[in-house]
Amino acid sequence: MERIPILRMGRLLLVTIQVDMHDRLAMTLQDDLTSRIVSDRATGVLIDISALDIVDSFIGRMISNTAAMAKILDAKTVLVGMQPAVAITLVELGLTLEGVSTALNVERGIKLLERGST
Amino acid sequence: MNVSNLAQIISENQSALLEGWMTDLFSKIRRDKASEGELRQQAMQFLPLLAASLKRTSDIKIEGEAWADVRQLLADISQTRARQGFTPIETANFVFSLKEPLFNYLSTALGNNPQQLSEETMLASILFDRLGLFTVDVYQKAREQVIQRQQQELLELSTPVVQLWKNVLALPLIGTLDSARTQIVMENLLQKIVDTGALIAIIDITGVPTVDTLVAQHLLKTIAAARLMGADCIISGIRPQIAQTIVHLGVNLEDVITKATLADAFVIALQRTGSTVAFHNSEH
Repeated sequence: MERIPILRMGRLLLVTIQVDMHDRLAMTLQDDLTSRIVSDRATGVLIDISALDIVDSFIGRMISNTAAMAKILDAKTVLVGMQPAVAITLVELGLTLEGVSTALNVERGIKLLERGST
Repeated sequence: MNVSNLAQIISENQSALLEGWMTDLFSKIRRDKASEGELRQQAMQFLPLLAASLKRTSDIKIEGEAWADVRQLLADISQTRARQGFTPIETANFVFSLKEPLFNYLSTALGNNPQQLSEETMLASILFDRLGLFTVDVYQKAREQVIQRQQQELLELSTPVVQLWKNVLALPLIGTLDSARTQIVMENLLQKIVDTGALIAIIDITGVPTVDTLVAQHLLKTIAAARLMGADCIISGIRPQIAQTIVHLGVNLEDVITKATLADAFVIALQRTGSTVAFHNSEH
């Protein structure tokens, strides 16, 4: 079964979404990620969507939900690498992803999480 | 439908017609030396073409194949006029001024046949009306093209994104924000954020004449899109009247950092990006 890999970097987890999202995959990702946050005692999660050219309301909601779940487990989520066209589409759809921090790229995202934890 | 008389009259009396036409035309148009020679030349081109078309066909529907040359010449003339800033009346008069001298010749030629005279006059009149309307139509289209081009240029000119400092961008907005411009502003800003890796963008609205709910919504959209790319926005250059309008309209700008001047916004941006401005006492 296909899975989205979760990489560990110190106390941060990096999720890179490169394939089309669908229900099952989203559920699996949320399962995996929550377990990993607990088992790795992670304090931050980076979701990298730089490879996505299209982000629809489904993925948008999935990201918001995942961030909310991580927050309950005391891990901060940063969404990184959004393409300009994707940002415009999301805003036009009215999905501004309130409650999710954003950063330009993974490097910036890591900085943001490190600054937040100290 | 016999207009061959008309063709004959035009080709026989070309130079005399031209004189009458020019006199009539110059009494109606602004005279200046440069355009007088040009007008005369255009008229000299027009008369033979008109005569040729009339000979070729008895049909005065000017959309037809036989009128292609005449249409082409008139279109060229109108387009040039439109660009030179002539009024529509002056442009249309080019054709209409030919009516009077031509009718004079018609009545001289067919004076002994009132029945034919009235028919020919009627036909010629319809023909010239159509040619005149065609001229105005082309003129109008040429003007529209000019306006469209200017709008496009305005769009491109008025949305620069400049880098003020490392990680700090400024977006000075000038003129009213509509959805088409917002789209371009947004695209430019986001692209620049990617290119420079900026953390803060200052949107300066000193040059925006009025802020209504729609403009405010466009601003908020731009800010939301920049936030998704990981950049914070500061709105600066809010004039006192605009601050009042925003509150009266009930627009919620509470989640956005706002500053009265670009200078204040810049200081905040520097602080946020970890830079400071220091003044040194120097002796100059």
